[in-house]
Amino acid sequence: MGTLVDARHIRGVYYTGDKDVVAVDDVSVKIEEGEVLGLAGESGSGKTTLGSIIALIARPPLHVERGTLEIDGQVQELGGDAKVPRTWRGAVVSMLPQGAMNSLSPTKRIRQLVYDVMRSHDRKVSRDEALDRARERITTLGLPARVLDAYPHQLSGGMKQRTVTIISTLLNPRLLVADEPTSALDVTSQKILIEMLLEMLEKKIISGVIFVTHDLPVLRTVATKIAVMYEGRIVERGPTAVMVDEPRHPYTQALMSSVLAPEPKYSKIRIEGMSSFDRSLFDAPAVIHG
Amino acid sequence: MSAIYAAEHITKTFGNAKTGVHAVRDVSFELEEAQVTTIVGESGSGKSTIARMVLGLMPVTSGKLIFRGKDVTRLSGRARTEYWRDVQAVFQDPFSAFNQFFTVGKLLARSMLLVGREVGQQRLEESLGYVGMDRSVLDRYPHQLSGGQRQRVMIARALMMRPKLLVADEATSMLDASLRVNILNVLTDLRNELGMTILFITHDIGQACYLADRVLVMEHGVMVEQGTTDEVIFNPQHEYTKRLLADVPKLHEAIAIDLDDLHQIAEPK
Repeated sequence: MGTLVDARHIRGVYYTGDKDVVAVDDVSVKIEEGEVLGLAGESGSGKTTLGSIIALIARPPLHVERGTLEIDGQVQELGGDAKVPRTWRGAVVSMLPQGAMNSLSPTKRIRQLVYDVMRSHDRKVSRDEALDRARERITTLGLPARVLDAYPHQLSGGMKQRTVTIISTLLNPRLLVADEPTSALDVTSQKILIEMLLEMLEKKIISGVIFVTHDLPVLRTVATKIAVMYEGRIVERGPTAVMVDEPRHPYTQALMSSVLAPEPKYSKIRIEGMSSFDRSLFDAPAVIHG
Repeated sequence: MSAIYAAEHITKTFGNAKTGVHAVRDVSFELEEAQVTTIVGESGSGKSTIARMVLGLMPVTSGKLIFRGKDVTRLSGRARTEYWRDVQAVFQDPFSAFNQFFTVGKLLARSMLLVGREVGQQRLEESLGYVGMDRSVLDRYPHQLSGGQRQRVMIARALMMRPKLLVADEATSMLDASLRVNILNVLTDLRNELGMTILFITHDIGQACYLADRVLVMEHGVMVEQGTTDEVIFNPQHEYTKRLLADVPKLHEAIAIDLDDLHQIAEPK
């Protein structure tokens, strides 16, 4: 299978007035067709910033100074004053922002949002057409069709998250950037959401996913490849199994060691977490597996 | 060891008898002194409702709450203020629990008023010590602190009162996995060094397993299983506990993902 996304040399800087903050520093990522790339790291590591740059929604104070994005052979310059065609957003790359399920308007039914999303990309689409498409999509992905007529408060957290995920992919984008989609959910809803994402990939509704999260066990389940970010750089990346079982970079090792799992050994030992690590070690050169 | 806190057949119903939502149904448990007890369950299982009732922030519909041999089911006025000296809380969201215009020093000074200035100063030092912070944090505003630091300040605030019982409602859910361990370690130290009793509420079984001495499992307002960590997590008896455990993503093995599953779960009930 071919390369879906090739993002090269991305540098994103927040212009804050007195001091510029380099959030993403010369990062390149590649995603093959049908893959899920997991972006992991602590808060402040730049993973959300990288996600939003690739999703083409960088806005001041965030400025993309450099970088190119290639999707399906089409090249888009990101840096400087480059203009991104409107048709790319939502239709080629779609973003599912952090906490999207809480930004549903409480006074509008879900179908209103569906219509708004469809109409903003196609002025001519009729209400019935838009809803038919959404209804079909919702039922193929295993949600009851009644969510369209529901208000957000009538849906559970897990259902809301699945609904916004479906809406964000209504236009069949090639790439979905999902920012912490599972973090506010309990384990059972997490599992269902992950199953839904994988099913979308299988049904070719979307062709690739960038999954941004700090939750490593979730990535273990969903990701094909994992990239670990620290202070704006990717410090290690490789296939999921290698990253989890034999991480080589000291930062990745530290991250992996602070994960708590319900296994017998964890109730007996004490884990020191990130604080016990010497942060200067983390500046070690990046490790790229295969 | 003896029970410091007991809940006997507590029930909470929201709304009236006809349309009511039974958030908690006939739940009984005891909290042993100097132990960490964890309540786990999905969202909507009623675990936070229990926390709020234990804290006296929400009246119980029926049942009895007993703290150190005294009935504390319906407290008001001065008795309730006294109760809050012994029972303190740390909540989920460290980002909204602060007054943005107060420095940490001012925030903690307000708790100091309750215990007196001299004792207060001394406790201030100690409390910050327990959570691994120093006096320099006192001049900071909340926006200058990270999520983990804020949550530690919230714990320090609760500790100013030297509570017998600390209720932590999803205290680590908003934090990064890497900071989470630090907060859990702070709680473990409090139990070991001060003999504090802790009621820790979480949906993350991994954290429950790491921290807890006893685990209570809630499903739709009913307590389906309780026992020591070893019993509940490594030898679960109830179907619900088993399913909850099966759904927890693990680091070194992929959980079973079955796409056909999706349709079965999502069928409307």
